Parts: sequence; structure tokens; C-alpha cells
Amino acid sequence: MAETTTETTKNAPLLAADGTPLRRKLEQALFVSRMRALGLVAPLLAFILAVFIIPIVYFMIQGMHNPVYADRMPNSTPILQAWDGQSPVTEEMAEAMVKDLILTRDNREIGRVATRVNQEFSGARSMFTSSARKAERMEPPFLEALVDADKDWGKQEVWRAIKVAATSWTPAYYLAALDFQYAGDGSITRQDAERRIHVALFVRTMEISLIVTISCFVLGYPVAWLLAELPVRKANLLMILVLLPFWTSILVRTTAWIAMLQGQGVMNDLMVFTGLNQVILQISMLFNDYKDLTVSSLCGIDVNAALGSIPAAVEKFGASPPGTLTRCGAEILAAFEQGGESGARSHAEALAASAQRWGYGDERFSMIYNKLGTIIAMTHILLPFMILPLYSVMKTVPPSYLRAAKSMGATNWTAFWRVYFPQTIPGIGAGALLVFILAIGYYITPALVGGQDGQMISNFIDFHMRRSLNWSLAAALGGVLLIIVLFFYWLYDRIVGIDNMKLG
Amino acid sequence: MRATSQGMDMTADKAADAFVEFERVQKSYDGETLVVKDLNLNIGRGEFLTMLGPSGSGKTTCLMMLAGFETATHGDIRLDGKAINNIPPHKRGIGMVFQNYALFPHMTVAENLAFPLEVRKLSKADIETKVGRALDMVQMKAFGGRRPAQLSGGQQQRIALARALVFEPELVLMDEPLGALDKQLREHMQYEIKHLHERLGVTVVYVTHDQSEALTMSDRIAVFNDGVIQQLAGPATLYEKPENAFVAQFIGENNKLRGRVENIEGSHAVIALDNGPKVKALAVNCGGIGKPTLLSIRPERVILGPEAGETALKGRVVELIYLGDHIRCRMEVAGDDEFIVKVPNNHAHAVLQVGEETPIGWVVDDCRALDAA
Amino acid sequence: MKLKNVLIGAVSAIALAGAAQAAGQITVVSWGGAYSKSQVEAYHKPFIAKTGVQIISEDYNGGLAEVKAQVEAGNVTWDIVDVELSDAVRGCDEGLLEPIDKSILTAAPDGTPAEDDFIEGTLTECAVATIVWSTIYAYDKSKLPSGPTTMADFFDLAKFPGKRGLRKTPKANLEFALIADGVPASEVYDVLSTDEGVDRAFAKLDQIKSEVVWWEAGAQPPQLLADGEVVMTTAYNGRVFNAVAAENKPFEIVWDGQVWDLDLWVIPKGAPNKDLALDFLAFSTETEQLAAQASWISYGPARKSSAPLVGSYATKPDLDMGPQMPTAPENFKNALQNDFEFWADNQDELNERFNAWLAQ
Repeated sequence: MAETTTETTKNAPLLAADGTPLRRKLEQALFVSRMRALGLVAPLLAFILAVFIIPIVYFMIQGMHNPVYADRMPNSTPILQAWDGQSPVTEEMAEAMVKDLILTRDNREIGRVATRVNQEFSGARSMFTSSARKAERMEPPFLEALVDADKDWGKQEVWRAIKVAATSWTPAYYLAALDFQYAGDGSITRQDAERRIHVALFVRTMEISLIVTISCFVLGYPVAWLLAELPVRKANLLMILVLLPFWTSILVRTTAWIAMLQGQGVMNDLMVFTGLNQVILQISMLFNDYKDLTVSSLCGIDVNAALGSIPAAVEKFGASPPGTLTRCGAEILAAFEQGGESGARSHAEALAASAQRWGYGDERFSMIYNKLGTIIAMTHILLPFMILPLYSVMKTVPPSYLRAAKSMGATNWTAFWRVYFPQTIPGIGAGALLVFILAIGYYITPALVGGQDGQMISNFIDFHMRRSLNWSLAAALGGVLLIIVLFFYWLYDRIVGIDNMKLG
Repeated sequence: MRATSQGMDMTADKAADAFVEFERVQKSYDGETLVVKDLNLNIGRGEFLTMLGPSGSGKTTCLMMLAGFETATHGDIRLDGKAINNIPPHKRGIGMVFQNYALFPHMTVAENLAFPLEVRKLSKADIETKVGRALDMVQMKAFGGRRPAQLSGGQQQRIALARALVFEPELVLMDEPLGALDKQLREHMQYEIKHLHERLGVTVVYVTHDQSEALTMSDRIAVFNDGVIQQLAGPATLYEKPENAFVAQFIGENNKLRGRVENIEGSHAVIALDNGPKVKALAVNCGGIGKPTLLSIRPERVILGPEAGETALKGRVVELIYLGDHIRCRMEVAGDDEFIVKVPNNHAHAVLQVGEETPIGWVVDDCRALDAA
Repeated sequence: MKLKNVLIGAVSAIALAGAAQAAGQITVVSWGGAYSKSQVEAYHKPFIAKTGVQIISEDYNGGLAEVKAQVEAGNVTWDIVDVELSDAVRGCDEGLLEPIDKSILTAAPDGTPAEDDFIEGTLTECAVATIVWSTIYAYDKSKLPSGPTTMADFFDLAKFPGKRGLRKTPKANLEFALIADGVPASEVYDVLSTDEGVDRAFAKLDQIKSEVVWWEAGAQPPQLLADGEVVMTTAYNGRVFNAVAAENKPFEIVWDGQVWDLDLWVIPKGAPNKDLALDFLAFSTETEQLAAQASWISYGPARKSSAPLVGSYATKPDLDMGPQMPTAPENFKNALQNDFEFWADNQDELNERFNAWLAQ
């Protein structure tokens, strides 16, 4: 009997009260509730799909797919794609090219094709547009006719560049985003040293983001702690101060930093007033660190003293003065090497004159329009994103933990470091990830205060979107940035665990 | 009521060998009101002392001052003869159990227990043995590798206890440690803590607002109200000989009858009840003749029926509640219908009826004339 | 009742909008600031007064990005846009702009046909120029009383120590560098077409790189000068003029080696009110209007017949605008026209190189 029962349960599934199989009944019941749940999230889902997923996919594709040439040059495209890039250019290729030039000129699309090819080979633009104007009157042999119109048509590399442009699906943009060149014969070479820019920029973007994240943490942790510990009334007041920047336009905040940090700005005025600039100068001379604190007119005033110290300096350093010398010292020394005593004197006098014009002791520091300015302004703007998750986590750590630790003999520091700090790690993780990912894509602040060495990758994406109109390269740069962000997200998940993140 | 009528305070003399001393301690948070008013308290070595009182009575503040998390506004706190006012908490060497255990969630049970030993820089081997022993002590040997969140409330409680004891402090403070447990577990843990205390001989200062907990576990109980110790005594004394109306009300169930002192004869007084006849009572804390007073009689000491004897009053049964081992009888006595009598459920007692009138009485010394507060 | 009122309000609002539509309305896009103001005063106001057409004036930051986006999305909202020459040519080649029939342009008052009256090179297939502007450099006279006079002075840190302001783009900067290095204006683009020439220009820029403050928006250079952040800076001549004329700043323009360019009207392909936009274009490029604009900002009119009509500054009758124009003979001595063909061909490569050079 027992066996038969198991048989039946195996063969004939359990039935619900109305006779339908239980499994199907359950599925029906769940289906309705699932549909209802889906109905609730459907608007959001559609919204995300429409304004987030689809554009991202579209733009990732645009970084690999550029059919501008292939769509408009139907004759030459298949021939170029079949060409191996090595063998000589044939009359057939030239004839197809001339046909296409006539066609695109008539459609008024030659400019777009020319621009596309110009991205691969500088100068190809005018070659295309001028040849297209003459194409109607060209006669066979077409290759010669083309070379007559512009001698660049005779170059193998030009045709290779056109072959790259004729390929709709191309890794060229992603490779360019990583400072590689993709040639028509399929070879990949590094970009010329003087044109390599993107890798260095990605590295700098990481570096700035990391420094900003660390600065936010160092500045934000104590503030968040204060917020969590103060009595409610005071904490609320402090919270308003923390949030105040949120309610101010980012443009206004950044501009305020310009007013604060510029050469004739508040900070520099304050430093000159208190004489702090001299102290910093002395210290920075000790450490030979002018990189971010370049001084606009740091010069000896006492010409005779400067000249008097030259023999000793020459004896000591020879022709290569160390960085510990002030810039003026180095300049005077160099002038001495070149023009002897009189050369050194005239240079020292010129320096002294300019120093006098700018006022002695009025050395000012460049704290804006460089990396330092970018870091300061971004730290300020992103600080709340660190403080808020930290605060919300700290708020949940009961004070009794610290007391317990102390009652067991832990000093304040041990109690903090071994008991309090580990429990705030989820907040640190959330804050750091938030700040880092926001920083990595930051645009407006570096654009305004970045100067030449405080620019980030998003400024170049913007440049290619708005100025050079090379949207495919912008898309490829954005794609690489997206991959980097996802990589950091993955890294975070591996090290800290995404479940450990607490935003509130 | 678990209190037995031993009547004797067996531990009162321990105070002479003071291990912890509060001397004229005052505490104010806002500079306007005192939370603790002129506290004097000696706690003997090895004693289990409970600070009992309603919330806001100053008991937790006293504990925190002892632990070092609050500073006394005035007065001295001494530990083993040394003033500790200026010693930071981590140097006091006092074990502490917190209301919500305060087990560190990011550490395992074993790591939690090892924490106080690590900060004392004990060797690894020592730590391991001591942690093992402490886990054994609370029968939690198998749980060393778990996180606190994976334990039940009772288990967490035991770990908290083990952690407070693992570094062998001479004094352990417990701040309502059983408050978060259900009734059954709470009673069980009370015995366990009591037995641990007996076995280890540490001094325990225990804070609670649960009087049955206090009566069960303590050698002595300090009843706090309004920042002042109302009475300091053993459980039996406290229950049977409350010295003022607050203690009588706060500890156990109590019947109160209002009246005025009419005459004092030696240790006894004659009290004219507000709403009835005169009764005789033990003059404990009732002031002079003509002063208002409150008579306190425990419900189980009331005698019903013919045995009521000399002080017999008339009582009318208002309500009867059957409670198995006894019957709870609410009566109207001298105009007060909140008078409770506990009638043992045995054959010696007649069956009462609601509305029935019966003489009630008590042994004169069971009726205590207290302050009228 | 309330709902009914709202409905009536809405209906009448729609009716009003319809009425405005009937009278006509165009969206004119330009660069903002003092420049847009000059256009509003000289073109928009008289056009509105004459035709009753409403003009919506919008600002943008240059470049073809928005036009491209609108045309490709098939949702064009701009009717007429003020662009630089290189963008006008490029946009035309890429089919983003409407070709403009030059016969709609008005002849000069003396009867000269429009095509002859416009300065050579200012009419292109899809665009009609309005002004000649130039990139120059300026300094603060109160700080440098014996100021610089040549382009070479701008690159001479020993003679004139202090920070320099430059626009963050290779355009014009490379030309300035070569002129400062002794290349005659007429040969600049020939030299720049060779790799050695580009190296030479960057080498010259290297001399001042450490002292450069880079600017991007046209409003920045006068501000940098006023704040004392730089001792001299490249700038658009109109912006400097405005700081001098309207705000009485002690700035001085050095015209030597100026790189001049054009601003032109273009009509995006598929502009919603193309006919009205053409009317506006023809009206605003009449001799009179171009001359009127020159009294609001120191950009030279693109028509020869406008030059004699240029008067004095609109709010300062004693300030003669003639000598303030880039095209004034004494300013034009060593001038270089921006070669849009060169830049259209080489901007990708030079931009890359410039950005890499900046980041070094």
C-alpha cells in the first residue's frame, strides 16, 4: 500500500480543493500577484529603460559603430573593405571613389564624409571637399585624375585611413580612447608620444577622485561623528550647515572658490596680511616642492646680497643648482653662468625691479586653475555625500558599545579604533563609493577651476561632444569610463561586499 | 512574593568592610536640579547590592558615576579605599553588563570575550584558556565562533555576563541586564547570576526597577526615589519592615489606611482612621500626636473572620478573584474599597461571598504607622 | 466653477499663442553678453518695430553641437544662429544648414549690389557675415605703464614678468606663437602646415606655459585682468573694448598680430520659421543696421558701405568707434585672417597634441 501511495504522488500531483493540480494553482495565484507588482513598478521600469538603459546602450554602440562613410559612399565601401591595405591602389578603387564623390557632393553630404575621414587622417577633409568639386569633370584614368586634384590621393596611408573610415563596426574609437592607433591594414600601434593624452587623463581622473575621496573622508568623519553625538538641537543646526552647500548652485559654489583661492583672492590676501605666505615659502623651499605652489614673483630684492652669494653657490652647486634654491636664485645663477658678473647683475636688477612692482613679501600662491584648486573645490562640493551616509550609520551605533569597551579596560583610542570604527565601515564604504564614483565623472568644477593640469576625462568627453563633434570618440571615452566605474564597483564588492553598504 | 519571613538581615554587617564607598555624592546635569542628593552608601566586599527604584530615581546615574561614565558634581567615590573620581573608566577595572548587552556585533563571541584580555595585553595562550573557561562558566562553550546576532537573547545575556567577568574584576556592575528577556528566561537568569555571584565571590552592584528581581538576588537593596536612598536593607527587612510609605508601596503589595496619630504608647501608637474607628499600630515613622499618618498592612497578614481579634474592623467583600493557591479578596474597609486580602485556599478558611460583611484584623506589629506621603 | 475658469483661461491662452503665431515669431541664437545686446539694439528692435514679428533671443556657447543635435533629431527649434566662419562652412558641408540665396540681400544705399558690397570672403554658401571680430591681446595700463607693443612682447617673460591669459584651444595661440617667433602673418599657415612649424609654435608656447592662466569663456579675460590675476591676456577685442568703454577699465589693446575672424548668420536645416528667419537675415545685414551695431560694440561691419556710417559709442558721444574696429587701417597692419580650411583639416590632430601638451 505504501508503495502505491508514493506512486500516485509521483504520477498524479497533489490537487487543490477544486481539482486543479496544486502546482498550477499556486502558479496562477503567484502570477496575479506578480503582475500586480510589475504593474506598480512598470512606470519606473519604463522610465529607466527609456532614459537610462537605451541611451547607454546606444552610446556604447556609437563608440564602436560609425556608418557615416559606409552609408554615403556605396561604391567605394565594399571595394575598400575587400582591399588588404597592402597591395597598390587600383584604378577600380579610384573609379568607385570618384563616383561616390560625385554622389555625395550632389546630396550635400560630402562634408560629413570628409569630416569622418579627417578623424583618421588630418588634412583629408579639404582633400575630399576640393576633389569632390572637381569630380564631375574627372576622366579615366581616375587614379591619376584624383592625384592631379590632390597629391595626397597618391599616398597608400591615405587609402588605408579611408578604409578605416569605411568600416562601420570599428574598434578604432575604443583604441583611440586608450591612445592606440588602428590602421587600415588591421595593425594596432601606440599613438605618437606627443599625442598620447587619454590614458594619462584616465590616470589623473582616478588620482584626483581618490584624493578627493580621502579628503572627504578625513574631513567628513569627525563632522559626521559630531552630528551623531551632539544633542538634537545643535545637531540639526550643524546638519543645516552641512546641507547648505546642497542648496546652492554648484556654479555659485565653484565661483566662490575662485574668489577665495585666486592670486588676489581672500586666502592669498589673508596669507600676505599675516605673513603666512613667507612661512609657507620657507617650508616649501626646505622640501623643494613648488609643483602646486608656484610662486609668481618670488625674487630676491637685495641685488648685492644675491650677487654676493653667487661665488659660494657656484662653488657648491656648479652649473646645476638644486631645487632648494629659490627660482630667482637659480635664474641669477644661470645668468651668471652665461654672462658673468655683469649678466648676473642685470638679471638680478630686472628681477628686483619686477619684485618691487609687485610688492615685496607679496608672494602669492596658485591655488586655483590647477589640480590643487580642482581637489579643494570638489572636496567641498562632494563632502555632504560622505557625511550623510557616515552620519546615518553612526547614529545607529549605540553609545553603550564605547562604554562597554572602556569598562573592559580599553583606552579611548582603542575603544574607538577596535569597536566604534569597525561599525562605521559600512558608512565609510557607502560614502567613499558614492564620492569616488561622483568624482570620477565630475565635469563642471574641473572645467571652471582645473586650469591645465586639473582637467578630468569628462572634460574631454565634453570637448568631443561639443567642440570637435567626434561623438564616437566621446562615446568610446564614456564607455571606458563606465567600464572603470563598474570595475571599481566590482572591486568594492569583492573587498568590502556590496551588502555591507549602508546609505541610511 | 518570593520573600520569606526570615525577618533577619543577615548581611547588614558586611557594610563595615566597605569595598565601595559613596560619600556625600551629589550629581546635577543642568546646574539647577540634583539628580542624586547627598548619597552615602557603603558596599561590602563580595556583597550583591541592588539599586532599586523607579526610572528617574537616580540609581542608574549612581551606577554610571561608579563606572566612571559620569562625574560626581560633589563628593567622593572610593573603591577599595582609593578615591576614583579622577580615574578614567578604563583604568577602574570594573566589569559591566549593559541593558542591551552591548556585545560587539562585528566580533565573534570568542573575540568579544577576548577583547578585555587583549587590551590588557595578555598572552595568546592565556587569552584562550580564560575565554574557554568563561564560556564554560556560562555553558556556552560551543558558541565561541558565532556572531552575537546569531544568538538568542538569553545566550547573548550569558555572553555579556561572561565578558564582564572574564578579566576577573573585583567589582561587576549590572545595569538592568535582564530587562530585555521574557519573564520565564528572566527568572531563570536571576538564579544563574545569583549562583555565579556566590561561586565567584565578586562584588556586584545591580540596578533594576523590578522589585521581585531585587528581592530574589540581593544581599542588600538600596531603594532609590527622588535621588535619595529611601531604605537600605536586606530583602526580608525591606519587605516586612518598610521604613516609609514609599518603600512599603514600592516593595510588594500593600494596603494603606489613612489616619491621624492620636496617642503614642511606647513603640505603639493609636491611630484614628479618617473614616472609621481607632486602631493600634507599630509606630515606625509617624511623627508626633496629631500628625497624619499612613497605616501599612501586607495583604497576607490580614486575618479574617472570628480570629480577627482585638483590632477587628468591619470589612465588606467587593470582589473575589480565584488565583489557585489563594483567593484575592478586595474589600471595603473604613471607606476604602481598595483593601486587598489574600485568603489561602485551604479548608481552614470559610468560603466568602461578595457583599458579605466580615470582621478583619491583624497582629498589631504587622500594622505599621508610616509617614503620610 | 473654478475648473471652468481654468479651462476658459487655458483656452484663451492658446488663442493668444495662436495669434502670436499668426503675426510670426523667430528664435535668434547668439553668444550672449554685450554682443547679444548690440544685436538686440541694432537688429532686433528695429525689426520688431517694422514687422511686428516676435523675437525670442537665446544664448549659446558656440559650436555646432546643438544644431547638429536638433537637425539629427528632426526637432529644430532654432531659426537663425550666429556662428563662426569655420562652423558655417563645416555645417554647410555636413548638410546641417540651409543654403542661402544671396539675391535676398539688400543692395548698398548707393546701389552697389550686395555681393560686391560685402567684404571679400564674408559670404558663403550657407552663411552671411555680419561682423569682423578679432582675437588680440590686452594689458592693464595702470600696472604696465610702458606697456608691450608687439606680439613678441607677450611671450617675453623677462621683459614683462607675470601671468598670461590664453584661451584653452590651439586656435589662434599657435598663430600668435609663430608671429611672436618672427614669422610674417602671410606665411603663418604655410609654416603651420609643416610638422616643424607646429613644433616651433609649441616650443614658443613652452616659454610661457608655466605662467599661463587658461580661459574658456569670452567674459573671463577682462575679469582676469581686472582681478590682477594676469598682467596680459588674449581676448576678443569687443570684450576688452566694453570693459574700457562701459566700465572704465584701464585696459589697452595690442593690435599687432591680431587674428581676425567673422561671425555669420546661418539657418539650421529645417528651421521652423525659415521664411521669417530669411527676412530677419536680410534686414539685419542692411548697411544701416550693420553700422548701427558698430556703435554698440567694437566689431567691424562686414559691409564696406557701413564703414563710413560708423559713428560714436552709443552712450558716449565723444568716443569715436572708427579707431576701435579691428579693420581700422592702423590696427590692421599686421593682421592675420583665421584660416578655417586649415583648422577644419587639422583641428583633430592639433587639438590632441595641444591637450597632450597641456597635460604634460
